[in-house]
Amino acid sequence: MERRINHLNWLIGGAQGSGVDSAATMFAKACAFGGLHIYGQREYYSNIMGEHSYYQVRVSDRPVYATSDRIDVLVTFDAETVFLHARDVVPQGGILYDPKLSETPLDRIPAMTERAREDLRTFLAEHGAGDTMEDLLGIVRDRGAKLFAVPYEELIERLSEMLGEPISRLKKTANTMAVAASCALLQYEISWLEKALSNIFRDKRRVIEMNLRACELAYEYMATNFEDPFSCALKPMAAGERRIYLTGNQAVALGKVIAGCSFQTYYPISPATDESVYLEAHEVFSLNAGAGEGKGAILVMQTEDEISAINMATGAALAGARAATSTSGPGFSLMIEGLGFAAMDEVPLVITLYQRGSPSTGMPTRSEQGDLRFAIHAGHGEAPRLVLASGDLQEAFYDTIRAFNWAERFQMPVIHLLDKAIASSSQTHPVFDTSSVVIDRGQLLTDEELAFQSSNGAFKAFQLTQTGISPRVVLGQKFGICWRTSDEHDEWGHITEDPVVRVAMMEKRMKKLETAAKEIPLLEKLNVFGDSQAEIALLSWGSPKGAILEAMERLAKEEIPTRFIQVRLLWPLPAEEIARHLRGAGQKIAIEGNFSGQLAGLVRQLTGIAMDHLIVKYNGRPMSVDELYEALKQIIKKGAPERVVLTSGR
Amino acid sequence: MAASVQEFKTEVHNNWCPGCGDFGILNSIQMALAQMDLEPHRVALFSGIGCSAKTVHYVKVFGTHTLHGRVLPFAIGAKLANPALTVIAVGGDGDGLGIGAGHFVNAGRRNVDLTYIIYDNGVYGLTKGQASPTLKLGLQTKSLPQPNVNEGINPLLLALSAGYTFIARGYAFDIPHLVGLIRQAIEHKGSAFIDVLQPCPTYNDLNTKDWYGGLDRLDARGKPMPRVYKLEEQGYDPVMRPSAEEAHAKLLQFIERALEWGDRIPIGVFLKNETTTTFEERILRRIPFYRESPPAKRPILNQGGSPTADLTRFFEELRVI
Repeated sequence: MERRINHLNWLIGGAQGSGVDSAATMFAKACAFGGLHIYGQREYYSNIMGEHSYYQVRVSDRPVYATSDRIDVLVTFDAETVFLHARDVVPQGGILYDPKLSETPLDRIPAMTERAREDLRTFLAEHGAGDTMEDLLGIVRDRGAKLFAVPYEELIERLSEMLGEPISRLKKTANTMAVAASCALLQYEISWLEKALSNIFRDKRRVIEMNLRACELAYEYMATNFEDPFSCALKPMAAGERRIYLTGNQAVALGKVIAGCSFQTYYPISPATDESVYLEAHEVFSLNAGAGEGKGAILVMQTEDEISAINMATGAALAGARAATSTSGPGFSLMIEGLGFAAMDEVPLVITLYQRGSPSTGMPTRSEQGDLRFAIHAGHGEAPRLVLASGDLQEAFYDTIRAFNWAERFQMPVIHLLDKAIASSSQTHPVFDTSSVVIDRGQLLTDEELAFQSSNGAFKAFQLTQTGISPRVVLGQKFGICWRTSDEHDEWGHITEDPVVRVAMMEKRMKKLETAAKEIPLLEKLNVFGDSQAEIALLSWGSPKGAILEAMERLAKEEIPTRFIQVRLLWPLPAEEIARHLRGAGQKIAIEGNFSGQLAGLVRQLTGIAMDHLIVKYNGRPMSVDELYEALKQIIKKGAPERVVLTSGR
Repeated sequence: MAASVQEFKTEVHNNWCPGCGDFGILNSIQMALAQMDLEPHRVALFSGIGCSAKTVHYVKVFGTHTLHGRVLPFAIGAKLANPALTVIAVGGDGDGLGIGAGHFVNAGRRNVDLTYIIYDNGVYGLTKGQASPTLKLGLQTKSLPQPNVNEGINPLLLALSAGYTFIARGYAFDIPHLVGLIRQAIEHKGSAFIDVLQPCPTYNDLNTKDWYGGLDRLDARGKPMPRVYKLEEQGYDPVMRPSAEEAHAKLLQFIERALEWGDRIPIGVFLKNETTTTFEERILRRIPFYRESPPAKRPILNQGGSPTADLTRFFEELRVI
């Protein structure tokens, strides 16, 4: 048997609150320390304790950026995880399970949805099997998967004897044992786990010691009981670069810090909150030597609601701070009036919008790309804003910096679109290169410059110009006294209903969109991947990027060339540039995590080009490379309907 | 040497109704700023939406006329970003206690150093006289088709429970007294709230200047007996110092006076709470250099435009290789 080295999909599941996240992090870090590339994705319920959550970790010898539906190693310590995920284990894959739970019947899984239960019931009946966990495992084993019984309780009892600690204090080491058993199976050296434990528990020596003993027991158990080599293995690799392991929320937070954001507001909401909490935990940080002072800070304000969040950030921006607010769909809905103010009064404001399953409360902890049209059009009347979307963690970091520069340069709100799939994905990544980061504060006047432009101490904040962009002052600047109002206003910022001034101001604000479209380089508006002459053109934006790139690689191996246009600036939409890349393609396929193909519609509206096919997904789970590849194959073979709906995910 | 009131005036045409109480408040704000000799560019005036909110256009300081009900979040954001600014927020009672009630309550909890003045007239003037949150139950001002079916909010009691550390009531037609209140409010460290009784001559035909002045009730000599009286003339001491016993007594006297209405309506400082910290002081515990380097003043770029922030420590924490 040929063993696959350094390329596998590992998944752990369990009840929320039982340590699934920390177990997955331990495994991911153990692999990352060994120089392997990690892509992780966390799936969880809007619940504190008890509902099923799972964490997928893809390990590879090169970077991967998407989830997969095929599990090589399934790690479980409850029956629900076995029931929900065992069918996704590939032939030759492995399942670690607790033999004590073997006889658990399907009906005894309290948190499982009726739909999932019914689905499993049918599956088991079709195979003529009974309804226990063991029956399901039997079917999977018959398909070629290997089963590994790990008696957690017995192992914990032995650990208790070894350490002289009561069993109750060692219950949580079951997670560690599960991870360790899977590492043993993959013949990955225990020293990497030790490194991960030290990293996670830092200076808690006793906890590290306890968990390390648990690991040793699991390794020993696996070595004694399972001698045959497993189909996959992990081997440490030389990395050749400095690497970090981080989440999408953290990538955005780091972008905010380096961009000079000094004021962030938020109201708690999934999946945006982690970013603000991370920022608050790191509110004081170092400045580089050039800055002299030594310390910088970001003030993170938890507000009473999102209405307050956006307006408080605007207040700070008016005073001169680089300010942002971070939210998700329901929160953004509340912010719209404030968004209009920032557009009307030309305030540089960054709104980080993590899309989630919607409408209304929707699916708070699940992913979707349903807010594109909303972000572009949000608000009454016609108000300028820039909308950009990131496709992965690296883009999330650099786009965050870009968002602040654009906000100040074009003096309007910038909406940075992300989604839950990016927020909660975790990834190894080379340390971000910040050497070429530049802060652009646009036409912000210094006090000296202002002294020349002022008239009797007051200033025209809305001066009409060719570009639509006026020189800018902040509250408190001498000679800069100016007015702003949410009413239509004159150059001084005083209320007007004069029809001529109205036209001039409307045109001034909208002109800035033209200016932005002209000044933003093409490379920042869209990415083009693959073979630019390929017959098949893929169009997408945001988080499907990873799955698309990997599916393209698979297709390339089959000598099916593709081109992929990833739109990054969504408003103003670079319609002409998109059209140029779409023209000449035989098959044009849009790929989006929403119901209606919002970008495809927008492109058709602005270019007249209709996509031939639409691949959409709106079940709340991120697009997996496997389902996307299958859908593309089907379309290419001309055997697919115009609209293909993807449905994978548990 | 105080600045001239003229320095705080703009040439913008004022379109309030003749006889509006708003004029008294506008003048009082301008006089207070002048008397305090504040430099106009160091003052940021914010307003919500409504007649009262137009105030910012008539005062020559940084003026931001925001959104209906949202004045406090804007004002707080500006103050926290640049604590050197003198921040004043103004708006009507509908703006602050109706649509903006959530912000009113939560601003009190923070105790950010700013002044909030409510022009309290019991009606929504700019939309032609609907009942506002302070109009008492059963009253029917002239443009109401039916008597008011809601109980009126007591702004002072609401401010107390929200945590405002300076709470006062003024009267728009007693300018010298109101100037004094505004000055004290600005000087107070923490969130100061002034509820200003402001007759709306066009839509509130019940709580009029004549009514507050007691023209409908004359004493034996035929002299009007004003309803409004000054707390300070009754020996009322609003200062709450850090002692539990005193705090209790101060709260009781506050409540007693705040409940007075009808024939006797107190104005003046109801509370000056010196027992708690300001929001700025709370931030200082977390960010010790907050005052010298607040969000709006922090250098974020070096010469040449490179960022000042150094991510080395962040990367170290996230490092795996």
